[in-house]
This record gives sequence, structure tokens and C-alpha cells, in this order.
Amino acid sequence: MRRRAVAIVGAAETTALGVIPHLSQIGLHADAALNALADCGLAPSDVDGIATAGESPTAIALALGITPTWVDGTAVGGCSFMLHVRHAAAAIEAGLCKTVLITHGQSGRSRVGAGGFGFAPSSLQGQFEAPYGIAGPPSLFTIPCLRYMKDFGLTHEQLAMVAVVQREWAAKNPRAMHRDPIGVEDVLASRVIAWPFHLLECCLVTDGGGALVLVSAERARDFREKPVFVLGTGESVETPMVSQMEDFTTSRAFRVSGRMAFAEAGIGPREVDHLMIYDAFAHLPIYGLEDLGFVPRGEAGRYIWDRNTAPGGELPLNTNGGGLSYTHTGMYGMFALQESVRQLRGRAAAQVPDVHVSVAHGVGGMFAAAGTVILSNEPG
Amino acid sequence: MSTTPPREPRRARPVPTPETQFHWDGARAGELRLQRCRPCQRAYFPPRPFCPRCASRDVEIVRASGRATLYSYVIHHRPVPGFTAPYAIAVVALEEGPRMMTSLVGLPQTPEALVLDMPLEVSFQKLDDEISLPVFGPAGSGS
Ligand SMILES: [Zn+2]
Repeated sequence: MRRRAVAIVGAAETTALGVIPHLSQIGLHADAALNALADCGLAPSDVDGIATAGESPTAIALALGITPTWVDGTAVGGCSFMLHVRHAAAAIEAGLCKTVLITHGQSGRSRVGAGGFGFAPSSLQGQFEAPYGIAGPPSLFTIPCLRYMKDFGLTHEQLAMVAVVQREWAAKNPRAMHRDPIGVEDVLASRVIAWPFHLLECCLVTDGGGALVLVSAERARDFREKPVFVLGTGESVETPMVSQMEDFTTSRAFRVSGRMAFAEAGIGPREVDHLMIYDAFAHLPIYGLEDLGFVPRGEAGRYIWDRNTAPGGELPLNTNGGGLSYTHTGMYGMFALQESVRQLRGRAAAQVPDVHVSVAHGVGGMFAAAGTVILSNEPG
Repeated sequence: MSTTPPREPRRARPVPTPETQFHWDGARAGELRLQRCRPCQRAYFPPRPFCPRCASRDVEIVRASGRATLYSYVIHHRPVPGFTAPYAIAVVALEEGPRMMTSLVGLPQTPEALVLDMPLEVSFQKLDDEISLPVFGPAGSGS
């Protein structure tokens, strides 16, 4: 494995999660940032690097009173925060800054100080996708799935099982929005949103946020919490138009990003104890398991059906309950990272025993982008 | 996710750019027009004045056959201005190779009627005097 040069020393979500009508989008960023800084005993004045998406880093700097010497406003959708971790690690290693704060906040449900969904009518999506009756992610992200179902024999029951298993994890997590047990029949009986997707196969819409603080691995030992080391990272993009993906049964961005992260970490999927795959919709863990190399092509539906990712299974997946049951503000990537950190610190609500390596994999747009972060609690 | 203001409650309408105008001119005239790279001989979509494979600017505009197969789709059940739910949002594979998003016409909007890989052919749905949308229906139904 490679030398751990950079570590996460502060990690926290917003004080409340779910419905937070008394805070605007930028207020959620600030709440999460202050919680993460308190988690590692730092003040905003200690921060010299800022990365964020959804808001501009300028707005975050003003809100918190930070004077940065390194700024990253990469915004490729919900996995932007995985890319920020990658970029921050590189910046700290290069000596561009010493203490990076990454923030996320979104008023996805209450829509306080938030933007809307829409494409400029002269953009490629505006000309060649929007006129066909699209209305946000539930009408776009879902489109490749039928092709996968036909080519690999994925059944409606197996797709529904993704939601069922994640609800089992959510049941163990008091912060999860939905915790009542559900069965495959409940998922298939729930309202059709965009066939073949039912309501329970689509993510929540919530308010919330999260933030991370990164420093060099050398400095990390001076902080009170057990550091979480950045082992490997990857990033890529494919297309802003879901209709133009190379292949509807696999994500090129997932494959490129995952391969890069594993190569950098110098490990393979077998050495991973815990996995988070951004689940805006139920098919994403299926694509993620295969494209990251955890499961052979076409077998992820069966793998989940056989309870390998469920509590007690060999590969605990989306242990906070995921975007389907835990929370989904619109850009979920930060929450996947937070759960990886909690598991590695041994402080997750549904704690898995003996977690040493965790992977957080994110998606941006509708299969448009991907970011992969491999974390470890073991010093190099 | 963009930060543009919420959409107005009317049907989304394409606004052509200089790079895409030929496509919309074709649709208005009842032709599905694609670009093809002369060196590669490969047709591509969406429009751009250079080849996405080899970057050559030596590209020509060709009339597509209009034949396609159904690659994937969803049947959307929520209200959207200009549409009566449930309706399919589909992606078709054109005979020339490229894929495009579209609506399926002349078919019940049901999983039973919409069978992946079924043959389709293009027709045009007039939105206004400027814009006609390429849409696809069962092959041989006449368009
Ligand atoms: Zn070419």
C-alpha cells in the first residue's frame, strides 16, 4: 500500500438532518462546517483551503471568515465532494495549503435559498433531452436500467431488494429518515415514479449537509480523533447527456474512477471491509458493485439478493441506509464520505466490526461524473 | 444539478445554436439530419462541427434513414407541462450508430407494448413554426 500522506481529522454532518426549514442552503454549509471544525478542535481562522459545490467557495469563505490560499469550486454534481478530497490531498501534499475544509449543504426539501432543476434551452440537454418530457433525476437517471435488465436478466424483485436491504441498515440508524422495515412486495406495490422505478427505489429529498477537515498525515496524529487516511482516489466524467453514455449497462466514469483509486491505493476490492455507493436510485449500487470490480458483470443483482451486502453479509454496503433511506439532499456524496469516516472511527450507528478499509464511491449528474475515495484507519 | 430558476409551467422548447441549426432545419423539413466525419466515415450525434473521434473538421451533413431500434426507456408517471402521464421517455439507437432521446408515438405507453430492440422509424412532431421534434413509432406505420 502507498504512504498515507493526508488524513481526514474532522468530519460532521449538520446538527439536524431531514427537514430544516430554519436554515438556508448556505446556513446548512456553515452549520456543518462549524460542527466539523469543532470535531477536530480547529477554528475557521485555522483553515487555509476551501472546497465546495452548490455554493461558491467565495460565499463559504465570507460566511465563515476564512482567508484561503487554495480554493476548489469543482461542481460535477453529487460526487463533487469525492473530487474535493482528491484535489485537497494533492494540494496538501504539494504544499499549497495545510488545512482544507470541504463543505456541503442543501435545502433539497424545504428549498430555502436553493436553486431549481432545469437546463438552459440552448444547451445540448435543453435541445435534445428536455423536450421529451423530462423532469429531473427520476426521469433521467433511471433510463439506462431497462437495458441492463434485459441484457443481464436483472429482475424487478432484485432491483427492489436493493431498497429492502438498505432499509435494514437504516433501521439501525436513529438519524435515518425512514427506518420501518419493508419487503420486496412493499417496494413493488409502491407508486410507480418512472417505470420500472417505484417510489421506494428512488432517493429521499431532504435538507442537510456535511463537512470534512483534511491535514497532512504527519499533523493528523496531533488531533483528538483517530485519523482517517486517504489511501487512493479517482475521478472522471463521461457525458452530461444520459442518452449519450457509451453503454447503458456500465458507467465508464465509474470504471475509470474506481480503477484509478484502487491503483493509487495499491489494493484490490478483496481488501475492502466496507463500501458506500451513492444510491440516488436502486440501480446504482448494482452498477457500482460491477464497475468497481467487486462483483463480475451481470451478477450484482443476485449478489445483493443473496444478502451479501446486508447486515451480517460479507460486504456491508450503504450502512447508513443510503440515499434511499438515510438522507438525500440532492448531492449525496458528502454523506457517503461521512459514513465511511464513522465506520473507520468505530462510531457508526450500524457499526460493522473490524473495518480497516472503506470505499466511498459517488456519482454526479445522471451518470455524468464519478469520484472514488479509499480510506483507511491504519497508519502507513 | 444546475442552479437556473425553476422551470416555467410550459413545455420545454429547444433553442437552436449555430452548431445545431442544420438539425432543426432538417426536422422542420421532415428529415432527420446527422453529421458524418469524412475521414472516419462515422455518423455522430449530438451536433458539433468536428468529429468526436478524430477531431477532424472535415464533416458533412447527411440525411439519416430514420430507422432505429428501441434501446431503453422509462414510463414517466408524474405531470410535466405538455405531456399526459404516463408517457415514455425513450432512447433509440439509430441505424447509422448514434443514439438519441425521443418520444414513442403510435404505441400504447405500456411495458407490454414497448419492447426493447423493436424496430422503429422517425416521424416529426411540430411544436411551432420553427421547431419540429424527431419522434419514433413502429416501423412500417408510415410517417
Ligand atoms: Zn473522424
